[in-house]
Amino acid sequence: MSTAAESQTLKKTALNSLHHSLHAKMVDFGGWEMPVEYSGIVQEHQAVRTAVGMFDVSHMGEIDIQGQEALALVQHVTSNDAAKLADGQIQYAGLMTPDGTFVDDLLVHRIHSDHYFLCVNASNTDKDFNWIVSNNRFAAEVKNLSPQYTQLAIQGPRALSVLQALTATDLAAIKYYWFTFGKVDGVEALIARTGYTGEDGFEIYFDPSQSQQLWNRVMEAGRSAGIVPVGLGARNTLRLEASMALYGHEIDDTTTVFEANLGWICKLNKGEFLGREPLVRQKQEGVKRMLVGFEMVEPGIARDHYPVLIDGKPAGHVTSGSPAPFLKRNIGMAYVPVEHSRAGTPLQIQVRQRSVGAKIIPTPFYKRNR
Amino acid sequence: MSTYPEKFLYTKEHEWIRVEGKKGTVGITAYAQKQLGDVVFVELPKVGDHFATNESFGTVESVKAVSEIYCPVSGEVVETNEKVVHSPELINNDPHGDAWLIEINIKKPAELEDLLSAEEYEEYIREEAAE
Repeated sequence: MSTAAESQTLKKTALNSLHHSLHAKMVDFGGWEMPVEYSGIVQEHQAVRTAVGMFDVSHMGEIDIQGQEALALVQHVTSNDAAKLADGQIQYAGLMTPDGTFVDDLLVHRIHSDHYFLCVNASNTDKDFNWIVSNNRFAAEVKNLSPQYTQLAIQGPRALSVLQALTATDLAAIKYYWFTFGKVDGVEALIARTGYTGEDGFEIYFDPSQSQQLWNRVMEAGRSAGIVPVGLGARNTLRLEASMALYGHEIDDTTTVFEANLGWICKLNKGEFLGREPLVRQKQEGVKRMLVGFEMVEPGIARDHYPVLIDGKPAGHVTSGSPAPFLKRNIGMAYVPVEHSRAGTPLQIQVRQRSVGAKIIPTPFYKRNR
Repeated sequence: MSTYPEKFLYTKEHEWIRVEGKKGTVGITAYAQKQLGDVVFVELPKVGDHFATNESFGTVESVKAVSEIYCPVSGEVVETNEKVVHSPELINNDPHGDAWLIEINIKKPAELEDLLSAEEYEEYIREEAAE
């Protein structure tokens, strides 16, 4: 495990010293020194499921695309149909290779018909920016604005009421996957109703100089609601319970939207885009492997990269595996041959020297009551 | 009052052993459980299994990590703590007490001389934490 000792070489968010003062356990996460846990992953996870938690996700990248042909560029490099977006609306999409695989996954925010704001994975930010720039044969300007933003995620059933105490913006009027500009405790922010936890909540983007003050104000506003700071450890278990893909695990430049069960973010009829042809072919021919969710039916915990067997024969690998703190089961995701991808199919997970029974179950593992 | 009982011996892999005659009770230290975080799964050997010094005899898993546990000295397992298998969180709550893992018959008592005293162990983890 990497520790804070290597911090000289790691990038830091504007809240780094605050995390240290909260005695967070800090780790190297894709070149960033980030908090993995504060009070403990289980407690932080439960707080988000039952109350509210706040995450510093300022390591995430922000890429701004503006200009007359900004939409054409977004359409060319992403899999979803950004032409369907209205001002203030957000879309989940894949950033595509010519092979129809993932450079990254991202959120596309439409600020205006000629202005888009992309939120991308931290460790992919430079790669994504260079990829978009190298494919920019349009009248569009691409900027990497990542250093200009602190991003906080306030997530959980009480997120709305906690954040509402600090803003005049009517948060209940922001629908899921929509955003608006407003002031949070006097700080200009992009306020989006998005998240990576399977709960209701908001992600706010604002000037880093205000980071500590705003963090502290949200913590104060949320005290009676039971707010806790949440690290990347619980962020991972929360997204896994909600069956959300993580780049480098469920998706990468070897997997496609159809294999990853993300056909809904691929609009083959929107016109030309990178990777469209191979994806059209794959849709016609059908996929050979599918991403599935499974739970352990015998004692044992599946972990990332553990081999998956079907009828004792190698069938794939675990992409993400963990105890699920809220569901109190041991769950995971894996790619398996499509003919063995039906719910109920028994699997064996190779846990060190033992073969431990598991079975495919429907996803998402966890779905909140709306 | 010290966190680390004076009468225990310790390893650099963060196990402790409490010796009574030929019997040794083995667990993981407060420092180890803190590093691991919330423990959710414990795998222990069977009574009768033999382990050499520094051989892995089981695993302790937190939400985030898997950690092997090593036998401080060679011996035969004579008892395992089923309570900790059913309630792994005991390791976080009482690592030096209720959350003992196995009891062994110590094969070569001379091997105990290679282990750390409480004072030496505390010095060792201070250095490790400062690294």
